[in-house]
Amino acid sequence: MELIYGHPKSLKPIQTKYCPGCGHGVIHRLICEVIDELGVQERSIITNPVGCSIWADLYFDFDSVQPPHGRTPAAATGVKRVHPDHLVICYQGDGDLAAIGTAEIIHAANRGEKFTTIFVNNAIYGMTGGQMAPTTLIGQKATTAPYGRDADEAGMGYPIQVCEMLATLGGTKYLARGSVNNAANVRKTKQYIKKAFEAQLRGEGFTMVEILSPCPTNWGMQPCEGQEWLEANMIPFYKLGEIKNLLGGAEGGK
Amino acid sequence: MAEEKRLMKGNEAIAEAAIRAGCTAYFGYPITPQNELTAYMAKHMLDHKRTFIQAESEVAAINMVYGAAAAGARSMTSSSSPGMSLKQEGISYCCGADLPCVLVNVARSGPGLGGISPGQADYFQSTRGGGHGDYFHLVLAPKSVQEAAELTYEAFDLADKWRMPVMILADGLIGQMMEGVNLPAQRDLATLPKKPWAAGGQAKDHRPINHVTSINLVPAELEASVKARFKRYDEIKAQEVRYEEVNIDKAELVLVGYGTGARVALGALEMAKKLGIEVGLLRPVTLWPFPEKRVAELAAKGKKFLAVEMSMGQMVEDVKLAAAGKAEVNFYGRCGGMIPTEEEVLAEIRRLLKK
Repeated sequence: MELIYGHPKSLKPIQTKYCPGCGHGVIHRLICEVIDELGVQERSIITNPVGCSIWADLYFDFDSVQPPHGRTPAAATGVKRVHPDHLVICYQGDGDLAAIGTAEIIHAANRGEKFTTIFVNNAIYGMTGGQMAPTTLIGQKATTAPYGRDADEAGMGYPIQVCEMLATLGGTKYLARGSVNNAANVRKTKQYIKKAFEAQLRGEGFTMVEILSPCPTNWGMQPCEGQEWLEANMIPFYKLGEIKNLLGGAEGGK
Repeated sequence: MAEEKRLMKGNEAIAEAAIRAGCTAYFGYPITPQNELTAYMAKHMLDHKRTFIQAESEVAAINMVYGAAAAGARSMTSSSSPGMSLKQEGISYCCGADLPCVLVNVARSGPGLGGISPGQADYFQSTRGGGHGDYFHLVLAPKSVQEAAELTYEAFDLADKWRMPVMILADGLIGQMMEGVNLPAQRDLATLPKKPWAAGGQAKDHRPINHVTSINLVPAELEASVKARFKRYDEIKAQEVRYEEVNIDKAELVLVGYGTGARVALGALEMAKKLGIEVGLLRPVTLWPFPEKRVAELAAKGKKFLAVEMSMGQMVEDVKLAAAGKAEVNFYGRCGGMIPTEEEVLAEIRRLLKK
């Protein structure tokens, strides 16, 4: 009998430590489904971030490197330059990528480093317990923005649209933003990841998929409320779709 | 490339020796007085089809080293004092993840921006584990362009042998001056040590997956791994201590200095000899591990010490620790980019010996 659906081979068959309603588990699975489809499990390397997904090396069944907080794109640069024929995945959260590691992501992207960044944007710091992130929306509450993010009076700044910011850089070839809040968006997100990984394996420059992902625990919501809040608040500001596509051939943008 | 003799700046000799040692991934950031090193690597690493990146920061450079080392390459970065401060985070992670790599500090004077003239005030930072956590790494201090090349070449082997960063602690004078240097032969990359723990290449032998990491959230396990690393440190102390001695037997007073400080001390020793005053020189080549046993032996024999440094006195603390109160330990130093003169050191010798 032909197996048409099962647990991805490159994802270990164990329960994750992530909270109910968290998006990391779904995103891990999407990455592994694509790796299996491309048949590159034994030549994949992930650089893990600091944050909740620091656990990623427990779940991904391929090699991993754990750099300091925010330095993931620099370390992924080193890994990919040494192993140019490997699939190198730079997994980052919003605090890691858009706050402490801003310089590293901008310059890795600008150099056109040939790895793929999976940028999980949940608009909050997860592991440290709900502090304001660079992607926290205006008015959204956090432990360090107890009255809501206030850009003007309290000087908390504005949420950063990372794909749009990186789109100005010459080294970026493919920047897409997906979401894991419903089945249709999960399927689209998987397509983005597959396009990015295939582009990387063809050696086409910097690729990134930003993924809007719920964090009900730190948003103070039930899991299903988290999905609704993401759709009502994050998607209007963080537009879904291919923000930049300069890929060659059939994959290329119109 | 076979062995050959060239006239080179210290910075260039370090770079060329690294290439010959099989460094395949170099990451740097501009800072004086080590810029010739990065520029040399920019040209010659690319000529050798190896990786060179001018990083966006010192922080990024050391983390590129972290990634390249984790992927199994012989990797290196270089900088000078303020830049080395920025790299300390990454050095702590390299030590925590047991990653071999080579770090070069062509030190200048501080603190803060300080100046761009030579200094030896990074001794504490280099030998005490300048980042967070319990760790040490090898620190080698060259006194000449020749030795800078030799120690750099060897640093890659030591790093692989002990699975730790190895630092070359030079100073701006060693980096900038030109001397004749015999360069070692090019290492065949195919003969370099295998790294079965590194990330990548799993498809070749289908080994179990590798995680390169410094994290362990189980306190008892983390304690065990730190203790295992400290056992390795004990082996390094037993096997890798290096120093040079001059005229120790006849001397009542032993000068202790490294790098440029040792060159000045040697000059003062020779001037003293002409006046009929016998002093010795102990020159640590490894600053960590420090030749503490040798200092203790000499202290037990009744020798006095005079540490000569380009700082307000840092290595002198290691001399005092090793002498353990059994000998008189004196200090003479200049700082801020000032280099002690042989005459100044001679005057200090005569004052101490009342001769």
